[in-house]
Amino acid sequence: MRLDNVEALAKCREQARASIDAYTCRILVCSGNGCMASGAQKIYDELSRLTEGLNQVSVEMQKDVPHIGTLKTGCQGLCEYGPLVRVEPYDYQYVKVQVEDCAELVEETVKNGRPVERLFHRDGDAVYEHPMDIPFLSKQTRIVLENCGNIDAESIDEYIAAGGFSAFAKAITEMTCEEVVEEIDKSGLRGRGGGGFPAGTKWKQVLRQKEKERYVVCNGDEGDPGAFMDGSVMEGDPYKLIEGMMIAGYAVAAENGYIYVRAEYPLSVKRLKHAIAQCEEYGLLGDNILGTGINFHLHINRGAGAFVCGEGSALTASIEGNRGMPRVKPPRTVEQGLWAKPTVLNNVETYANVPKIILQGADWFRTIGTEGSPGTKTFSITGAIANTGLIEVPMGSTLREIIYDIGGGLKNGATFKGVQIGGPSGGCLVEEHLDQPLDFDSVKKFNAIMGSGGLVVMDDNTCMVEVARFFMGFTQRESCGKCGPCRIGTKRMLEILEKIVAGNGEMEDLDTLEETAKFIRERSLCGLGKSAPLPVISTLKTFRDEYIEHIVDKKCRAHVCKAMQAYVIDPEKCKGCTKCARNCPVSAISGNKKEAHTIDTTKCIKCGTCLENCSFGAIYVQ
Amino acid sequence: MIHLTIDGIAVEVEEGTTILNAARKYGIEIPTLCYLEGILPDGSCRLCVVEVVSRGRAKIDTACTLRCSEGDEVFTMSEKVVESRRNSLDLLLSDHRLHCFSCEANGDCKLQDYCVEYGVEKTSYKNMEVRECEIDDTNKFFSYDPSICILCHRCVNTCNEIVGRGSIGTMNRGFQSIIGAPGGKKWIDSTCESCGNCVQACPTGALSMKRRKKYRAFQADKKVRTTCPHCATGCQMDLIVKDNKIVDCVGADGPSNHGLLCVKGRSGSFDFVDHKDRIRHPLIKNKETGEFEQATWDEALDLVASKFTEIKNNYGGEALAGFACSRSTNEDIYMLQKMVRTAFHSNNTDNCARV
Repeated sequence: MRLDNVEALAKCREQARASIDAYTCRILVCSGNGCMASGAQKIYDELSRLTEGLNQVSVEMQKDVPHIGTLKTGCQGLCEYGPLVRVEPYDYQYVKVQVEDCAELVEETVKNGRPVERLFHRDGDAVYEHPMDIPFLSKQTRIVLENCGNIDAESIDEYIAAGGFSAFAKAITEMTCEEVVEEIDKSGLRGRGGGGFPAGTKWKQVLRQKEKERYVVCNGDEGDPGAFMDGSVMEGDPYKLIEGMMIAGYAVAAENGYIYVRAEYPLSVKRLKHAIAQCEEYGLLGDNILGTGINFHLHINRGAGAFVCGEGSALTASIEGNRGMPRVKPPRTVEQGLWAKPTVLNNVETYANVPKIILQGADWFRTIGTEGSPGTKTFSITGAIANTGLIEVPMGSTLREIIYDIGGGLKNGATFKGVQIGGPSGGCLVEEHLDQPLDFDSVKKFNAIMGSGGLVVMDDNTCMVEVARFFMGFTQRESCGKCGPCRIGTKRMLEILEKIVAGNGEMEDLDTLEETAKFIRERSLCGLGKSAPLPVISTLKTFRDEYIEHIVDKKCRAHVCKAMQAYVIDPEKCKGCTKCARNCPVSAISGNKKEAHTIDTTKCIKCGTCLENCSFGAIYVQ
Repeated sequence: MIHLTIDGIAVEVEEGTTILNAARKYGIEIPTLCYLEGILPDGSCRLCVVEVVSRGRAKIDTACTLRCSEGDEVFTMSEKVVESRRNSLDLLLSDHRLHCFSCEANGDCKLQDYCVEYGVEKTSYKNMEVRECEIDDTNKFFSYDPSICILCHRCVNTCNEIVGRGSIGTMNRGFQSIIGAPGGKKWIDSTCESCGNCVQACPTGALSMKRRKKYRAFQADKKVRTTCPHCATGCQMDLIVKDNKIVDCVGADGPSNHGLLCVKGRSGSFDFVDHKDRIRHPLIKNKETGEFEQATWDEALDLVASKFTEIKNNYGGEALAGFACSRSTNEDIYMLQKMVRTAFHSNNTDNCARV
């Protein structure tokens, strides 16, 4: 079906809405990455099977017979409690649904409209029937994620019914290119990929270029460990991203767009391909869009798993088929980006913000967030937090709101130690930052970066030296190898950190570490290198005493660093059952039967087998 | 025109000029390891950093990428700049196998020169790992030793951007990065034509012509600028002479080659000079024994002239032709055709310089 003009789009919307309204009951199975991993596909198949018979009953002429549609939606957000299933129109939110629960769910809720209470989300005594009752969801402000989890991510009709492409229609019928750019500029939308560069400024610069062949590129190479916001948008609402890019294409008069998705997101690639094919079928992508003479083609490029390809010039090099390595600037991407042509390069979340800004206006957008950073920000919160998941909050929200009000505090009531923001090249925010509003400018002041929005929460069982070593290992492996400071400097820092973690550190190592970190920060060629030493810089500042403990006392207070662990048997508790000695792979445990055993620390390899095997809790780590 | 000062010297350059080029124009030396003229700067060695005070704000950045702006004050040797360069060299040296005595580039190594200049004798990092990779010795003319490679990418940029062959690139990631042929292939299995321009671009001994084993740069007696004897392009080259023998040949900056050479020019244009099979005097075949015997030039020329005359008298000038080798000079070729036309009375003359 090809939509030949804007009126046809409006008509299509009415039809889509009517057919959705025809469903008397809708079961929405979350098919975000987390839920898919915990078995959402099986639940979807089972629910489809169970409702198949009911579909046959629902002869379309008989409107009073339940007509059930089982849909696959994008991430519903509450990843910690997946697989998630929501049933409309009752708006029941079920969590941790298993295949065995499906029959009861269909019987009770679908057929009889009764809730299955045991599947509701619980927190202490509180039971939450509806999604919006759950603090995790009710305290969020969803703009980018508004459709995520609410529409079928593989149906263009559902997106159109939800108002999709009306922003694009408005842009091409009521606004000139300049007006679109102006609106984005006025909204103060800043690039959500991490740098926070104003999107409007970027678009303006591209529009100003003399070269007429231009490109729109979307950075979907979300590589930070613990970040899955962009992936969720691409999986849950691919059309929104496409519409954002279409508007950008119209605004800067580009006829081709590229979406660079990391190959580790096969579902994103699949959904985007499907969405692009549908848009082409509807005449929303391709030549002569909606009969207006505007052409815009979208292509997908899969990244081969290099972290550095999230950097603009490395990303365009990779699309061109070259090795993904950053180059010096100038010329900047807006002057010479992809194929050395002027290029608008934004990330997924930035484009996903665009349709709503065009539709509701820059002034509306500015009412959300802070003066310097309007709008919302999506975060993926992981680590030692009660509610792992995908959230969207206004810019300027505090860490306390995110971690305690939405995230439900730390897992198992542990004590908050810090939160890694901005991925491996970000920094660590601690207790004193909990009540500081988070936006692009404030985070920078804390020696961290907003990054794309990954938040890894750490409790007091985390060793900060080990955390720094872990992230340094990551950036070291992912360095492209171009400039010396990043290629060799990160390796030297990693070597020193490994030395400290192994219990061989010296105090002068800290000076070398700091000096090298400073040098890398100031002299690296690209942003990845410049931010690579941030985890070390921020942990050295805030947790210097832990480093010193490792070096001077040879002690790791979190008992994480293996070299500093000692397995000890409490003679009071040991019954001399010999189980530990029998299971020790290196025969490091000795002792007579029914007498307290001892561990020879020179032989012990700290594998922990004895601890797991002791039935009396007599073995502990010192 | 833009006006600025570099180390206190007033400088005037066109808009868009980089600080590095502005400094070079005024004879102010800024150290570089990765910079190649005429292409987008690689910016990877971080050695050309300078301190710039622009509109009251001071910053340190690479001179190869920074463009001059009006009123800039540039300092190429400030304390911070020197410190930064020392740090860069320190890191490079920490990943560089130090065997200068046995290195072919000893005395002809930019890394060595700068380390001496900036007083970085050895790296300050302790117990560090140096990449130990196999030397790729498969190419007939040169070899690549990754453990002394500083990854300045001059070789890659020369091959890809200047020569346009695109045979080599950076392989692996991070600390393990090395230069090589795509797909982990050996040099010999790549699309490399062995032109050796990458070797000439290498600032260290990582890429080294095998013939360099026979001499060290400081042992060379003189350099002789000449024109490549092969084709009609007329590439300029410097022949390196030691003990009155040509031991090496490097591309020189000529109007047609800008420092580049092809495989024939670089590796096939001087070995024959002192080759044992080279014919150094005229030979005349002894009709009786069938062996060539040494003769004087007069004997040889008299013999050839008498034979030509004989043919001409018996069969006419049309029976004779003269072909000039393309490796001859224009003057020699002119003389040859002159001889064919005037002495042979023939227009049968040509030259093979059409490659």
